[in-house]
Amino acid sequence: MYDENKIIPMIIVFVILVTFPLWYNLGKAAAKPDPKIDTPVIRQMKEKKCLEPKATMKTTHMKILDEWRHEVVRGDYKRLYTAADGRVFEKSLQNGCMKCHSNKTQFCDQCHNYMEVKPFCWDCHIAPKETK
Amino acid sequence: MGINRREFLRIAGIASLWGLGGQAAFEILKPGAIEAQARAPLSQGKKWSMVIDTRKFKTPEDFQRCIDACNKTHNVPKVANVRQEIKWIWTEKYENAFPDDQNQFLPESMAHKSFLVLCNHCTDPPCVRVCPTQATFKRPDGIVMMDYHRCIGCRFCMAGCPYGARSFNWRDPRKFLKEPTNPEYPTRSKGVVEKCNFCEERIAKGLYPACAEASNGAMTFGDLDNPNSEVRKLLKENYSIRRKPSLGTQPNVYFLV
Repeated sequence: MYDENKIIPMIIVFVILVTFPLWYNLGKAAAKPDPKIDTPVIRQMKEKKCLEPKATMKTTHMKILDEWRHEVVRGDYKRLYTAADGRVFEKSLQNGCMKCHSNKTQFCDQCHNYMEVKPFCWDCHIAPKETK
Repeated sequence: MGINRREFLRIAGIASLWGLGGQAAFEILKPGAIEAQARAPLSQGKKWSMVIDTRKFKTPEDFQRCIDACNKTHNVPKVANVRQEIKWIWTEKYENAFPDDQNQFLPESMAHKSFLVLCNHCTDPPCVRVCPTQATFKRPDGIVMMDYHRCIGCRFCMAGCPYGARSFNWRDPRKFLKEPTNPEYPTRSKGVVEKCNFCEERIAKGLYPACAEASNGAMTFGDLDNPNSEVRKLLKENYSIRRKPSLGTQPNVYFLV
């Protein structure tokens, strides 16, 4: 091999540079989000249940919100949502969801920050006043 | 072996008939049917409207009370710059509100009078026709609605509206909200057009519009399609005018003079 005294060090430098982000961030993983449901309204509930089971809410809450906004603004204008078990909720982020989940930073932001998801809901909708 | 002439004509005939099953067939066999379907259903059963009794507005406070009620309910920002202000309901002089009805010898009381004006929720709204994203649309109950989620801020609707009833958010409206906001209703974001929504969020709950409630009976809200409604009664018993009737937008806000 010609010029091995130049090529081999350059390959080593290249590999170090390319893998730099991997080993530089080793052991510094962001803490796994742990959304809290500890709010005054939820504390008073006998049975802590959201409109759908927890697993469904985790994966499809964005779809539910998207459907609601469509139905309320330009669909059938009906504002009440009946869950599978018959409980009725107002189809509203601001006046529905956030009435119970009044801890936006602990409940919404934690996961959204972790996942780098930046929904623009709060540009217009008013976040609840957070109380401990 | 290739197909013979009889077979070719049979296939060509079936194929053209099949093709006619689409829009073309409708146009040939039943002209106008498709157009009729595409046209927005005209206020199915309901047609919300407002009757403003201008004789009952005497002092500037009478106007301000209604304007404040609306602004507070909908978190309407108060922008001092006239070119960027947000208007849902506001006052206008006679010559600006009713430029069609200019009469050389108007009674003094009319010529210098202010009128409370708002979005007319036209029966044939030009803003809806020009909106490229359908962010503004007409509901079957007659309310011309804005879907702020869908508005791209092109402002065609502002150019289309002959009443100046639409405002554009040049800057983040939250910066101009001095009083505590109404937590029940959202604000808007920068880059969307907004307008009076006839308090559709209150109508959904069975409440009257905020301005009508604050007007002490000077503004009446009701269903024009219902012959027994309050608005129909008022229109039957009084002479009323509408803004710029010659444009054919058929406003649903009536003024008793």
